[in-house]
Amino acid sequence: MPIKKEDVTWVEEPTIGFWEASFLPAIVEGLKTTIGHVVNYKSVTEQYPEQKPNLPLHYRGLHRLNKDEQGRVRCVACFMCSTACPANCIDIVAQDAPPDWPDRDKFPKTFVIDELRCIYCGMCEEACPCDAIELTHIYDHTGFTRDDMRFDKIKLLEVFEQTKNDPKDPVRTHRGKLGVASDFADLPTLAPATSVAGNDRAAQAPTSGVIKK
Amino acid sequence: MATVYVNNEPVTIGDSERLNCIQAAARLNEEIPHYCWHPQLSVVASCRMCLVEVGDKKPDGTIAMQPKLVPGCQTPVKDGTVIITNSPKVKDAQKATLEYLLLNHPLDCPVCDQAGECGLQDYSYGYGRGYSRLQEPKNIKPDKDYIGDQITLFTDRCIMCTRCVRFTREISGTAEMQVTSRGTHEEIDIFPGIPCNNKLAGNVVDICPVGALCSKDFLYQQRVWFLQNTKSVCPGCSTGCSITVDQNKDVVHRLKPRVNPQAQGHFMCDEGRFGWKYIHSDKRLQMPELRQKGTLASRDWDVILPAVRKALDDRVSSQPHAVAAIISPWATVEEAYLLCSYLKKMSEHVSLAIGPTRTVGEDDHYPKDVRGNADGNPKFTIRAEKAPNRAGVERVLQHFQGDVVPYADVLSAIQSGAIDTVYLVGGDPEATWNDSDLAAFKSLKLLIVQDLLASPLTQAAQIVLAGTSFAEKDGTFVNHSGLAQAVRRSIHGPDDARPDGRILWDLAERRGLFNANNLRKEIGQTIPSLAALSCGDLGEFGVSTAAQPEPVAAT
Repeated sequence: MPIKKEDVTWVEEPTIGFWEASFLPAIVEGLKTTIGHVVNYKSVTEQYPEQKPNLPLHYRGLHRLNKDEQGRVRCVACFMCSTACPANCIDIVAQDAPPDWPDRDKFPKTFVIDELRCIYCGMCEEACPCDAIELTHIYDHTGFTRDDMRFDKIKLLEVFEQTKNDPKDPVRTHRGKLGVASDFADLPTLAPATSVAGNDRAAQAPTSGVIKK
Repeated sequence: MATVYVNNEPVTIGDSERLNCIQAAARLNEEIPHYCWHPQLSVVASCRMCLVEVGDKKPDGTIAMQPKLVPGCQTPVKDGTVIITNSPKVKDAQKATLEYLLLNHPLDCPVCDQAGECGLQDYSYGYGRGYSRLQEPKNIKPDKDYIGDQITLFTDRCIMCTRCVRFTREISGTAEMQVTSRGTHEEIDIFPGIPCNNKLAGNVVDICPVGALCSKDFLYQQRVWFLQNTKSVCPGCSTGCSITVDQNKDVVHRLKPRVNPQAQGHFMCDEGRFGWKYIHSDKRLQMPELRQKGTLASRDWDVILPAVRKALDDRVSSQPHAVAAIISPWATVEEAYLLCSYLKKMSEHVSLAIGPTRTVGEDDHYPKDVRGNADGNPKFTIRAEKAPNRAGVERVLQHFQGDVVPYADVLSAIQSGAIDTVYLVGGDPEATWNDSDLAAFKSLKLLIVQDLLASPLTQAAQIVLAGTSFAEKDGTFVNHSGLAQAVRRSIHGPDDARPDGRILWDLAERRGLFNANNLRKEIGQTIPSLAALSCGDLGEFGVSTAAQPEPVAAT
């Protein structure tokens, strides 16, 4: 389709005056900036690694596996993190819990995170129902081989020992074995113990288009 | 013809059909949620999940609804029955029922093996309220980790639908399970000292709509949403149960029965359910082997397949009467067809024999009475013949040769020296070869064995071709009653093993790639007794190859 005539705007080249054609004002303007940097000197160079950066509190670095009060791994091997993981970097093998652990059915026999594959999005932390996996402020973990960067359960628990007393990496919550779902007794009830009110959100049809009847 | 109205939509039901409201609504794809009702079990109407409004349409057109909700599973439909499944009254009842069923449920979905295929999750999402008003602590009962050798019970997750109890009483007939105590103390349990170890016990895990009964074999192995399911056929016996193979990352984790009224119904036996472990056995053949004078000459398909071709050519052109193929009844129809057509094209005189068919005991019928005797009306049968495809292989052999040479005959021919070259297609994971058979095979000039597990026979062979199990190949099994069902490939074979169909396809130097659907069409057109295969895709339920009655012309 050709461009219509009325859509075309013709622009004339601006005429250059005498001073502008001499380029002197532009040179002066440039020198002002240069001299300003010499006079008001302010360094922006980071002196890494002599000086470590001050990272924000929500920084997402290396993972750790938290321990509970009895020193056991907090993880219950529910695979929620590996389900949520967009990089598929978490590999878990579950095992029956020993009989003297009455509060859980299973625990991770192995728990391996491929730290090279991980994109540090923090979705594993968000998915965890028992606050077992958390991201710390450690960012400078390296290894000589790819295998070195596959952090297993022992390594991840070691990261917990290293970081648990760091004010930047507090163990964030103490909700319980399986998070909110298992703690219904402690939560306030959401509705009166009578028939459902008409304006009750939960009593209404679920979002349309989500559930096939 | 009776007309039933489900949510104002009419549905016509045949005169001889006896349906309840759930089944009538299912005809219109209207789901009535239910837990305790199962099409193969008796009706108890105890879970109350299927409460619906039911009424009657009178001849004068007026409709009289019953004032109370009634359980859909227990209400038979007749001409003029009106069922309403989506009124506010019904929805309120569903919400209340679910809240009640979940009162003492621990809500440990993150660690529950059933999560992802759980009736409570599905219905809570579709029909539930989303919260509980219970303020008191939940009534948590201790788990029972020994219901049977393969079954564990998480007592607190149970909703007392009693499907498992009715299964052991009505289908297996062994009645190991029961409900103990009453009221809120109700629990599923076994009688002291009588574990649920019957041969159908694994089915109680499948029919449990929640995560209460779990399979010890599968427990904590995988979350079910990681599994990919392939519709296939159990190779455990000639019943040919329809199954799904559940795998993740090329590892099979479990087999589950799927409903197929033409094959076995709803269930499968534990022998089949747990009998797949050989797929990941250390003894699997990883790659082909060519041995010359007792030493390994090659492990390369590109070398070995031409060598097989040349060796067979030499033998057939010099002494065609001395060449035999032994095709085991574990091979698919496609494999038998490819090998037979290849050898018969070389020479008419090559003899085709069927391999040993392993039979164990007698056909095992269920339900059984307390003394272990089956009653006259079996609901499930575990066949003595453990080969899945004897009927299919025999039909192929009959087509190419006119008759089937029994294994005993070909063995005596080998022993007498009449046959000195054998191409043997194995596949039986539990095959045993006795010493005299082995001595006979060792005396052969050329023995080619295509199998999946290393055995004394593969040791004796000059050429070993590494084949695959049922989970790693496409093909067709024809069961005892002539039902042809498709076996579908769900995982890759180990290392350099190849699907048997592909090996034989390449051996016959056919053009293109092995494709079971296309080959089935060819077989259907070639072999009249397998004409039903000409449809190519056998679908979910398979097609019957038994002689069909002539369709009655429409009047």
